[in-house]
Amino acid sequence: MQKHVRKLLTVVTEASLERSLVEDLRELGAKGWTITDARGQGHRGKRSLDWEHGGNIRLEVICDAALADRLAAHLREHYYDNYAMVLFVLDVEVLRPEKF
Amino acid sequence: MSQLDPVVLFFLLGLGAGLARAELKLPTAIYEFVSMILLLSIGLKGGIQLSSQPLGTLLVDVVLVILLGLLLPLLAFPVLRFVGRLPRPDAASVAAHYGSVSVGTFAVAISYAAVQSIEYEPFMPLFVVLLEVPAILVGIVLARGISRRTRWRALGREIFLGKSVVLLLGGLLIGWIAGPQGLSSVEPLFFGLFKGVLALFLLEMGLIASAHLTGALRYGFFLLGWGLVVPVVFAAIGIGFAQLMGLSPGGTLLLAVLAGSASYIAAPATLRVAVPEANPAISLTASLAITFPFNIIVGIPLYHRMTEAWLAG
Repeated sequence: MQKHVRKLLTVVTEASLERSLVEDLRELGAKGWTITDARGQGHRGKRSLDWEHGGNIRLEVICDAALADRLAAHLREHYYDNYAMVLFVLDVEVLRPEKF
Repeated sequence: MSQLDPVVLFFLLGLGAGLARAELKLPTAIYEFVSMILLLSIGLKGGIQLSSQPLGTLLVDVVLVILLGLLLPLLAFPVLRFVGRLPRPDAASVAAHYGSVSVGTFAVAISYAAVQSIEYEPFMPLFVVLLEVPAILVGIVLARGISRRTRWRALGREIFLGKSVVLLLGGLLIGWIAGPQGLSSVEPLFFGLFKGVLALFLLEMGLIASAHLTGALRYGFFLLGWGLVVPVVFAAIGIGFAQLMGLSPGGTLLLAVLAGSASYIAAPATLRVAVPEANPAISLTASLAITFPFNIIVGIPLYHRMTEAWLAG
């Protein structure tokens, strides 16, 4: 079976950003994404789910390298200064390249 | 002082358990559910009573309540900025929190009114909605001016279609349309269980407040003093406005509670997006860890006395 390499961009950030992140993803042309609730601890303090807007989300997008770069640059420019945000990119293999 | 309402004891239990790091946590979905029931109950109760009486001169009162919502953050901002020496975004954010209202505090006040057999106007839940929104708008403008960069459309949805606005207004409408007979079938859930649901809500609020309590001193004595003094001052202003509107003693008490309460749901959510430079921990610590406990334990009985003193003298 042929496999194709794509990028998996993962963002862990504040739940209150969900709506505006989804808008950004749409505008920049992502075809799909997955968001899950998350909790943990980092240098901006502990984040737990027990509070409606205090929680974190984990956003995952599989896309080509160019879009992953654009998304990463956009997020860094708009959110890094004022929000708790961690972002990383991995290589992943997918079976249906046209989907991503 | 009158006996402590038992629901407040649930708050203290949550607070104590949280401080002792007990293994206790209300699942998020249950917390959401419980707060939805509270919002709908408050709305429905107001709506039912509205259905049986004319709306009369409510328009003047509506305008006055909106003015109150605009005035409170404008009074708060210069004090925070120049006495508290907070940076502009933080001062604006705290001002928005304190101008806006806490439905949780209002729910405790309703429970208090029921225990003390205090009557109040049925349209008070409408005032909750009217007071929630303007201060948040003022806070955003105080922080950023009227900037093109602000995404007003997205913010508008966040502010006007937030959970509390939709459920309170929705409840009011349903109660108003259905009337007391129509709603008798859902009465056990929304009215029969109100106090039990409020107790669970306050248990979780105690746990949440305990998590924010450590921050209360980190931000210095100004914030602590602010969280304790400003509610009383704002409650007094609320009493003044209630007199302008000619509200009953019960309505006066509830407006005082609303003016003295600080938002911890709608305001933080909106301001985090609208004014990202503001440190959310400052306003949340003040409103949640200092003012909310103060209001439900000391504030409400105190505002009751203030109302009585005002009306007597």
